[in-house]
Amino acid sequence: MTSLNSTDPLLRIYKDAEILRASSGKPLADRVVTDIFTYSEKLAGQVVQRENIGQVEWRERIDRIVISRVFGYPLMLILLGLVFWITIEGANTPSQMIATALFAFQDVLTGVFNALGAPVWLHGLLVLGMYRTLAWVIAVMLPPMAIFFPLFTLLEDLGFLPRVAFNMDNLFKRAKACGKQCLTMCMGFGCNAAGVVSTRIIDSPRERLIAILTNNFVPCNGRFPTLIAIASIFMTSAVALSQSLVAAGFVTLLVLIGISTTFMVSWGLSKTLLKGEPSSLILELPPYRRPKIGAVLYRSIIDRTIFVLRRAIVVAAPAGAATWILANVHVGQLSILGHIAGFLDPFAQVLGLDGFILMAFILGIPANEIVIPVLLMSYLATGQLTEFTSLMELREILVSNGWTWLTAFNTMLFALLHWPCATTLMSMYHETGSKKWTALGFIIPTLIAVSVCFGVAQIVFLLGLA
Amino acid sequence: MELKIGDHTEALSNKGRVGFENFGINVAKDQFVIALAGNPNVGKSTVFNSLTGLHQHTGNWPGKTVDNAQGTFTYRGKQFLLVDLPGTYSILAHSVEEEIARDFICFGQPDVTVVVLDATSLERNLNLALQIMEITSRIVVCVNLMDEARKKRITIDFPTLEKELGVPVVATAARNGEGLDKLQQAIFKIAVEKQPTEPKQIVYSDEVEKIIRILQGKIEEVGMAEIINPRWLALRLLDSDPTFVESIGRYLNLYKRNQMIHAKGERVAL
Repeated sequence: MTSLNSTDPLLRIYKDAEILRASSGKPLADRVVTDIFTYSEKLAGQVVQRENIGQVEWRERIDRIVISRVFGYPLMLILLGLVFWITIEGANTPSQMIATALFAFQDVLTGVFNALGAPVWLHGLLVLGMYRTLAWVIAVMLPPMAIFFPLFTLLEDLGFLPRVAFNMDNLFKRAKACGKQCLTMCMGFGCNAAGVVSTRIIDSPRERLIAILTNNFVPCNGRFPTLIAIASIFMTSAVALSQSLVAAGFVTLLVLIGISTTFMVSWGLSKTLLKGEPSSLILELPPYRRPKIGAVLYRSIIDRTIFVLRRAIVVAAPAGAATWILANVHVGQLSILGHIAGFLDPFAQVLGLDGFILMAFILGIPANEIVIPVLLMSYLATGQLTEFTSLMELREILVSNGWTWLTAFNTMLFALLHWPCATTLMSMYHETGSKKWTALGFIIPTLIAVSVCFGVAQIVFLLGLA
Repeated sequence: MELKIGDHTEALSNKGRVGFENFGINVAKDQFVIALAGNPNVGKSTVFNSLTGLHQHTGNWPGKTVDNAQGTFTYRGKQFLLVDLPGTYSILAHSVEEEIARDFICFGQPDVTVVVLDATSLERNLNLALQIMEITSRIVVCVNLMDEARKKRITIDFPTLEKELGVPVVATAARNGEGLDKLQQAIFKIAVEKQPTEPKQIVYSDEVEKIIRILQGKIEEVGMAEIINPRWLALRLLDSDPTFVESIGRYLNLYKRNQMIHAKGERVAL
């Protein structure tokens, strides 16, 4: 600001302090806090005598491993991978059972429509458009959510998540952001909109904005099924037994790519639009507790699963109807859907995708959950959703539409990095109260998704790998 | 050199102390003001309730959505007004609560600040006491939850603790009313009898100390030492915390608000 008055003595000293701070290697504020804590601990050690009680020792011994420099990160990675593996492995069978049941009911519905002599378009719109999309979303989303959320809540209840935040604090600090951002990212795994709202726990407005703008790089529940399904189909090994392991490893890798992007964008923002230094925080590590199973189930199923599912359904039903109309109203030779896809195709090809994929992502702005359903609906010439009976069938549809491993990989990357859904954007607007920051929340991920996919595709094309 | 901006004559004549009405607190004549600070969950409210009984009044801190509880008690014929500060882990002002606690102790300059600590985790609680001891010497350390400490077979060497800290230390178990009389006595001695203390000042790492000295010199040079503890101000300047400089402006009329905000870019309009 030009209005700064240089004759103002305190302001001048403040500027001097800024220069002195910058000249020091480690953040001085950190050293001040460390020194106070070191002295506190020393003094407490001098005056406090504890008779050893088993429980305290037991907790400290676990903490020594969980938050150690050596084991901390690998342990976090293994647990994350394990959660994904259990989710993928466990979700498959119930997914198919639900699909079978729901699609059987569709035949009943068709029978009823026929018996009543309903017009073809009404049957198409309501049953083939709306009901099928709904059935798809429920079949694909419900099982992974019902497994993933309880597991996640379990880790939270055990007291593991605050320790994750503790471990990650150092990395966030290097990215000039707040360690609590890690907890908001954990919320983002459930739903990015919830993640954005949860940034209220961050006190510094600068760090809070960073957390809001980067929350989208954590794949939310609406995008997980997409990642899991594609990973299960395309990124598998020849050995049947380890298929889900490889898929889980792949999803973990994608999450890591998302987290690295979070760090890079946070750091970039701290150096440009949101200049500043990280503030230190005091994080109290709660004792390890035996989780209350009932509470875990209630919180994860009622609070999270049902909530997210309801939102998905509210969006999926009208979107299914809209897509059906787009796919069945023909202009010339092609359906409207076909026209849009054809228009997008040249651009999408450069990114290693195709016009239909890009269009599905655009139509998925209301909710990311419907990206795969919309994509399938548009691939099938009839404009209806296929019956989802097995993942192999899904693979056949995709491959016959020209999918290669690169298409699969870039679709996953794009799903991970692309623009946030409408609900998340709304939350961003509510939390920041600014159109500018909300727009940035859309633009940053979009640019990153486009450039990453472009880079990967061009390198692969150049090397002739796909 | 002299301060050039704003009306600071009052700040100078009061040695940086501002009226309690700025904090939404009305103090009667001859009343001593006691601030109650402490980490969350250390039984601070129990101490507050057992000292003041039913003589309480709650409201908000001016302009903040944080509860402000005040209560009175009489001890040996003197009136005391106890102000319950928000529970905080530190007063480095990373949150509104910490900002309130810091500003009240720093600018309100209560007659005594009582810091309530959890006897079962002194190693984590002492840090708040040490930070407050950098601002004020009128301080009483209250080690609460002694009953729980006994249950966990924790013993504390109080004479050594008191000697190391250089301020009065009182052991209490407010739930059973244990030690509260001693606490009142310690408050009385400092507020009324002006008993001197020698609060332990942390010696920081060499590099930090070097920079503190430089900044402290500059602060004294412009006459700020008259209204604010120069070492404490130097430390806060190291923190890259613009809210403190903002507070100085707000309470001591030294600056127009927002100037510092723009200077730093840390506070972004949300």
